[in-house]
Amino acid sequence: MTNTLTKDQATGRTTTAGYAARIEHVSKSFAGPAGRQLVLDDITLDVAPGEFVTLLGASGCGKSTLLNLVAGLDKPSVGSIATPGGRPALMFQEHALFPWLTAGKNIELALRLRGVAKTERRTEAERLLDLVRLGGAYRKRVHELSGGMRQRVALARALAQDSQLLLMDEPFAALDAITRDVLHDELTRIWRETQLSVLFVTHNVREAVRLAERVVLLSSRPGRIAREWTVGIEQPRRIEDAAVAELSVEITEELRGEIRRHGQH
Amino acid sequence: MASTETSSEAKAKPDSHDLAGLEAGLDALDAVQSHRTPVSEVLLKKVLPPVVAVVLVVALWQALVWAKVTDEGSLPAPSAVWDSVSKLWMAGTLLEVVWTSVSRGLLGFLLALAIGTPLGLLVARVKFVRAAIGPILSGLQSLPSVAWVPPAVIWLGLNNQMMYAVILLGAVPSIANGLVSGVDQVPPLFLRAGRTMGATGLKGTWHIVMPAALPGYVAGLKQGWAFSWRSLMAAEIIASSPDLGLGLGQLLENGRNNADMPGVFLAILLILLVGIAIDLLLFSPLERAVLRGRGLLVKN
Ligand SMILES: Nc1ncnc2c1ncn2[C@@H]1O[C@H](COP(=O)(O)OP(=O)(O)OP(=O)(O)O)[C@@H](O)[C@H]1O
Ligand SMILES: [Mg+2]
Repeated sequence: MTNTLTKDQATGRTTTAGYAARIEHVSKSFAGPAGRQLVLDDITLDVAPGEFVTLLGASGCGKSTLLNLVAGLDKPSVGSIATPGGRPALMFQEHALFPWLTAGKNIELALRLRGVAKTERRTEAERLLDLVRLGGAYRKRVHELSGGMRQRVALARALAQDSQLLLMDEPFAALDAITRDVLHDELTRIWRETQLSVLFVTHNVREAVRLAERVVLLSSRPGRIAREWTVGIEQPRRIEDAAVAELSVEITEELRGEIRRHGQH
Repeated sequence: MASTETSSEAKAKPDSHDLAGLEAGLDALDAVQSHRTPVSEVLLKKVLPPVVAVVLVVALWQALVWAKVTDEGSLPAPSAVWDSVSKLWMAGTLLEVVWTSVSRGLLGFLLALAIGTPLGLLVARVKFVRAAIGPILSGLQSLPSVAWVPPAVIWLGLNNQMMYAVILLGAVPSIANGLVSGVDQVPPLFLRAGRTMGATGLKGTWHIVMPAALPGYVAGLKQGWAFSWRSLMAAEIIASSPDLGLGLGQLLENGRNNADMPGVFLAILLILLVGIAIDLLLFSPLERAVLRGRGLLVKN
């Protein structure tokens, strides 16, 4: 009995917890010039194992703040956050690749910090580069890669952490439309292959609908969960699909309403 | 025929082959083309200008001598300086003199490196240490190292230890300060990325902070070498004694004592040349390699 249990724990990626992240009554305030400023107010949100959730909200509503809290880079003022699968991987809007390392070595550093044996790192790094379709880029320096390629290496590096939860903070915001479209397809494919849980932050409604199983809308000042939508459209979707456009219109209306509310007082 | 087939297939569904092809196209369009400059271009753009400058300076020098601006004792002809070079060479002491100073300078520099690096890291990373000695360390940089020669002679006597002490006092602050400013300039994004990957504490210092601070550190090393060399020359000029061996500083001082102006010129030129040569052979390539690896070297 004990034997099978340990084996399960060693190999299985599924947690017994039933969620990949649990955010409970989280508030966050910062000391500002006009006293303490409440940025996030009583956020409660679960991300199920294998689920893809997008967090949508106007600029400055606290999306990055929430993601940093989940990543453990900062502590909530009130409430608790649990990520039973260990330290989540985090991808930023800027690629955050280390310029003193090649693409391959960037990934190997993540593997090394995770404790992967030296002999296995090279093969594993090449497998991950293949996964993001950059098989030939192992020796490339960061400055030799295009913006889209950099984000794909950054994705591979995040995957190298072998975390069950991937946090993404507007990772494609700086890319041109065609490249972003390609990366949406890649991300959906990789998410389905790896069965990761993803919490993806964006202020682009169409992007949110294109990617997610569930869209969570945050209100601004303070950030609260305003509404949620379950996206029933089958993957692979395209950003120009009629169903995607239809839901986007509905969500955009709601988002506009949220923003308008602030102009009234 | 084949092309219509693939395009109709692509329209049917966004399958992975289509995506891979699109991606390959994007990558090819965006990838940065880097190439090395040919040797002839390097010669023309990097070697020719300084050679021309040196030739002009020597020509001007010779012209001044011919115009008899001052007497021979104040301004020797280039040929007179050349004569004392060959005299020294014939006596077999030229390389020996240069080596005495260079070996002292480099050894002192390595010592300064071994002390300045951990010191800089401590100041950069430990708040208390920074508050305690940070200001003193940057203040020391503006103190001319020649000021350390008299106390060093009193403490240690006229020997090699005293030379190394003066080099250390001159170079350690530069190296430590270079590292501190290198660490201060590490983008916070790298630190945050490192932390999410588990690079905290010593691991963070080793894998993220140190490599990210390398450009500032190398700049500090460059300056540290310049300070080492200056300090050493000051020490050699002031503290010449027969049992210290003949270095470039003593050569200069001997020239002055003997009113041998070509000898003085020779010593100054040698001191200058050695300083430039070490920088050109050691530190500039190092700096360029570091910057080029990061795509920070702007081609013009
Ligand atoms: N460390 C901090 N100290 C003080 N205020 C902060 C800090 N971090 C964030 N804030 C404030 O919190 C609010 C939310 O910031 P945050 O970066 O989370 O917004 P965001 O939703 O990610 O916006 P964007 O879409 O522009 O990225 C902003 O008003 C910001 O000024
Ligand atoms: Mg943000």
